[in-house]
Amino acid sequence: MSRYVLKRLGWLILTTIVVAIIIFTIMYFVPGDPGRLILGNTATEEEILAYDEALGLNDPFLIQLGRYLKETFLEFDLGTSYVFKVPVMQEFAERLPRTLILGLLCMVISAAIGIPLGVVCALKRNSLVDHGAMILAMAGVSVPQFWLALLMVILFSVNLGWLPPYGFGGIEYWIMPVIAGSVGGIAMNARQTRSAVLETIRADFVTTARAKGLSENKVIYKHMLPNAMIPIINLLGGTFAMAIGGTVVIESVFQFPGIGTYMLTGINQRDYPVVRSCILILAIFSTVAMLLVDLVYAYLDPRIKAQYVNASSKKLKKKEGESK
Amino acid sequence: MSKTKAKAPAEQAVKKESAMTGILKRLAKDKAAMFGLILLIVLILACICAPLLTPYEPTKMDSTAVFATPSFAHPLGCDRLGRDMLSRMLYGGRFSLGLGLLVSLIGMVLGIFFGAIFGYYGGKVDNISMRVMDIWQAIPSTLLAILISTALGSGFIQTVIALTVGGIPGSIRGTRAMVLKEREMDYLEAARAMNCSDFKIIFKHMVPNVLSPTIVGTTMHIGSTIMEAASLSYIGLGVQPPTPEWGAILADGKSYILSYPHLLVYPGIAIALTVLAFNLFGDGLRDALDPRLKD
Repeated sequence: MSRYVLKRLGWLILTTIVVAIIIFTIMYFVPGDPGRLILGNTATEEEILAYDEALGLNDPFLIQLGRYLKETFLEFDLGTSYVFKVPVMQEFAERLPRTLILGLLCMVISAAIGIPLGVVCALKRNSLVDHGAMILAMAGVSVPQFWLALLMVILFSVNLGWLPPYGFGGIEYWIMPVIAGSVGGIAMNARQTRSAVLETIRADFVTTARAKGLSENKVIYKHMLPNAMIPIINLLGGTFAMAIGGTVVIESVFQFPGIGTYMLTGINQRDYPVVRSCILILAIFSTVAMLLVDLVYAYLDPRIKAQYVNASSKKLKKKEGESK
Repeated sequence: MSKTKAKAPAEQAVKKESAMTGILKRLAKDKAAMFGLILLIVLILACICAPLLTPYEPTKMDSTAVFATPSFAHPLGCDRLGRDMLSRMLYGGRFSLGLGLLVSLIGMVLGIFFGAIFGYYGGKVDNISMRVMDIWQAIPSTLLAILISTALGSGFIQTVIALTVGGIPGSIRGTRAMVLKEREMDYLEAARAMNCSDFKIIFKHMVPNVLSPTIVGTTMHIGSTIMEAASLSYIGLGVQPPTPEWGAILADGKSYILSYPHLLVYPGIAIALTVLAFNLFGDGLRDALDPRLKD
């Protein structure tokens, strides 16, 4: 198992570096001249050129890339915002926890409500509960999250006045973003859990379990659900990545001061270091989430665990091969 | 198991129709799928026939009708520049549906092509390409779309590219997984024995057999692409006003959320209905193609 973990960690580092290169390269081709943007229209051509020179924006691509990688991964310096003149790291210290908590809350709520709902629907299939929940789930995966967020603002803030429409502060500022970000995930998890559980109903091992006279409860909780959960757990990493991507839009609706709104202001003002760093940090966190999910998955699925447990005792395998 | 075995001979005797007819028959019986299909046809026809359904140009401004409430002349009212909302919605549907269809179809074709090749040959090429996919998917697709449309700027083609790039690894993986299951089948062995070229084996014999899950996936993908395109336009990337894409219409109306919430309601309903239609149809198609999944 530790071999597997080490291998995956090494892979994580490599992925991060390549992702950083990709992001830098794409951003390199973004049109727009930061020097002109920062200094304004009154600046002369010479001033802008001198400014670009000082920022190193006139260096060849590879030199800029090398400098960027060195600063990011060796000095952990993500640069300074062109517009706000504040180091990106400093902004991240404030904003990153908010976005991560928002993303995590959305993922946890999606799983905590969606998975049990899917199980209940599958066990009581074709009942009223099942049909009702599945119609709602179908609606849930079809409604754009940010539109749901806007509707919630219209209903709860404009008409009822219960919750603040945007901004940041106490818990009342979190309620709508979290709900808007979770609905799609709840619906998706419920649908997928339902079909995963339904697939086990016809599985041979369930027939065997029934044939050997196990009680129905044991068949469901010991045989059906654990097997159905394996693909669902695998999907949780994707749910988190989706939640992270979704928070960008949700944050923009609620003016929630997280990484998403920071990135969007960066995009509008051609603030390269901000955009680059925001995308990189969100990509890193979603990769880490995928990794954690994969590790849990490997731990739970004996087939994957077996590959690596056996690999550590290669001699044993060799002997088996010889005896064959 | 024994149940299906016992059933098989009886079914064979009765059933002499092609697989396609069976699929279509099952699909026709699925009320939800049929509802989705009809909804889709209506939506697509409405967008194509937009000039017949509404007398106004989607970008024509009318200063006398600014923020007009729904009336006989303007069934859905008008926006901040007096543009007729109904025509904006209908013409906007062309962009939204067009984006969804184009992005998903390009993704499907590329996914089938590369997925089949990687899956069929396996080995080193497959290994390396899967690692590339891993890295590709390390950036969540929404973020990748944001990144690319920042670089390319706004516009229809730019948005198509931005959204396609994020979806490709998923569709390649999907086809590849199916091909891996199919690779060891006897009919491929037979094709190989007849000295079929690899190209023919892959695209003439194998791909048609793995096509159905891909088609279902593509149908669902159209819906999610439309949603993603709308959210891109909403945050100020992708297709931008005055082009009447549904997300762009939402972005245009968001400043008037307090005073004229109806400007935000219509485009959202249009997006939700379209995505719902694709999802219902996709669900039904999946059940029809693989009847074991349904009770």
